[in-house]
Amino acid sequence: MRLFRHELKSELLLYVRSRELAFFTFLFPIILFVLLGSSYGNDRIKSEGNVRGANFLEAGMIGYGAISIAFAGLAIVLVLRRESGVLKRLRATPLPAPAYIVALLSSFLAAFAVEVLAIVVLGRLLFSIGAPDRIGSLVLILLLGAVSFAGLGIGLTALIRSAVRWIAAALPLTYFLRIVRGVMLHGHEIWMYPGSLAMIAAWGVLGVVLAIRGFRWEPVEAG
Amino acid sequence: MSAISVRGLRKSYGALEAVRGVDFEVQVGEVFGLLGPNGAGKTTTVEILEGYRKRDAGEVEVLGVDPARAGGAWRDRIGVVLQSSAMYQTLSVTEHLRLFAGYYSKPRPVDEVVELVGLGQKRDELVRRLSGGQRRRLDLGLALVGDPELIFLDEPTTGFDPHARRQAWETLRSLRSLGKTIVLTTHYLDEADRLCDRVAVLREGEIVAAGPPSQLSATLPATEIRYRENGREVVLETDAPTRVLNELTAKALAENRELEGLVVTRPTLEDVYLQLTGGEIDEEVG
Ligand SMILES: Nc1ncnc2c1ncn2[C@@H]1O[C@H](COP(=O)(O)OP(=O)(O)O)[C@@H](O)[C@H]1O
Ligand SMILES: [Mg+2]
Repeated sequence: MRLFRHELKSELLLYVRSRELAFFTFLFPIILFVLLGSSYGNDRIKSEGNVRGANFLEAGMIGYGAISIAFAGLAIVLVLRRESGVLKRLRATPLPAPAYIVALLSSFLAAFAVEVLAIVVLGRLLFSIGAPDRIGSLVLILLLGAVSFAGLGIGLTALIRSAVRWIAAALPLTYFLRIVRGVMLHGHEIWMYPGSLAMIAAWGVLGVVLAIRGFRWEPVEAG
Repeated sequence: MSAISVRGLRKSYGALEAVRGVDFEVQVGEVFGLLGPNGAGKTTTVEILEGYRKRDAGEVEVLGVDPARAGGAWRDRIGVVLQSSAMYQTLSVTEHLRLFAGYYSKPRPVDEVVELVGLGQKRDELVRRLSGGQRRRLDLGLALVGDPELIFLDEPTTGFDPHARRQAWETLRSLRSLGKTIVLTTHYLDEADRLCDRVAVLREGEIVAAGPPSQLSATLPATEIRYRENGREVVLETDAPTRVLNELTAKALAENRELEGLVVTRPTLEDVYLQLTGGEIDEEVG
């Protein structure tokens, strides 16, 4: 537990410092939200029950943020660390693998939480979007989705060389976005989507299993 | 008491037998060197001892534990410098040391380690702005910050300039005087000669000689005496240098003649090494 807390603190520092990567995975959805929101914020989306474009975008960009940070960002960081030999070096220390993985994952979830907050606050300030009313459901689905993507991201590092990644990414994304949209735009509750929830959870479990089985401390190339 | 014992260690990569039946013991408090050219199997051997690689056969005990089954409590007592350094580019020297210090149960004070590895001037510099040699020293610091009993160093000074190498030697000597056990690999003979209590010379996965550096040199009996006579170089090899020198100088004195360019050399570890490994000294980074 002490090691976990220490590692989490360190990972948060590393996240803040990793300008290039954190910048792109973290800031990109926000920039897109502001840019697209300024152009289409006041349009109405017929197919989504005539909601405002800004509201629609907000839900979409939060979904994108989850992919960008929890999935892509985490997977990239982990692969970079493994291939550069940093993980191999860490392995010589008493830090246990589960503490390391959970701390790393938590740091990315924290970044995603900040991202969601930034998008909601910006939405309020720039496009006068009201605060989401189903907070409980929203927090739950975002948490579930982000953990699921993060697990998949880590699991994916095991098979990063193949093209499987995009298939893997696309499948849970659909279900995840469906629920985020429902919750944010139509005032639905999370349990109104049992099938989609099950799919996301299943992917999450698969991801975590892959993560644990395929996690490697050492560069793939060096065997 | 032995800190490490290795018996019949074997490891192959596919058809390549990298380590073919290696035996050695390292005593607590000893500095032990694995010496050999590139590809001799040094890294394979130490990485098996560090718990990184699986062995195909043999018995290995490090601090009383089989490294293949060792856990956090064991790693807490061990410091590792790998052959190539890898670290977070975005942390400073002290941040890095603090990060690693946090992994161990009884770390050394970070400031002390910074001084120990001679990075006082660079303490707040980001890793990305350090030179290769400075990174290597930070790497050594990371291995020492947990105050380990046993330290593995895989080519710790490769790529250092002579001054930095001397500094690193001083650091290692000071560790030795603290009673730490040190295992290092090197292809620098002078390094093994000056630092190690005992060395094992590896060649193609086998130990071809082992013992204290001075004793290894003694396996080559001849002392060499060179001088010039009438413009010709004369080389004498002898087991009784005192007598031969005495005769030579007495004769020269009687003839009122200078022994020009007189040099007396004892065989060095280098000569032994070249003879054993049958090759040129390998200066490349392996
Ligand atoms: N992961 C690996 N896969 C295949 N061959 C390897 C691997 N590691 C080392 N070897 C080979 O094993 C031999 C010994 O290598 P190594 O232990 O690195 O020697 P040294 O450290 O003495 O230079 C070399 O021929 C090297 O090419
Ligand atoms: Mg090597």
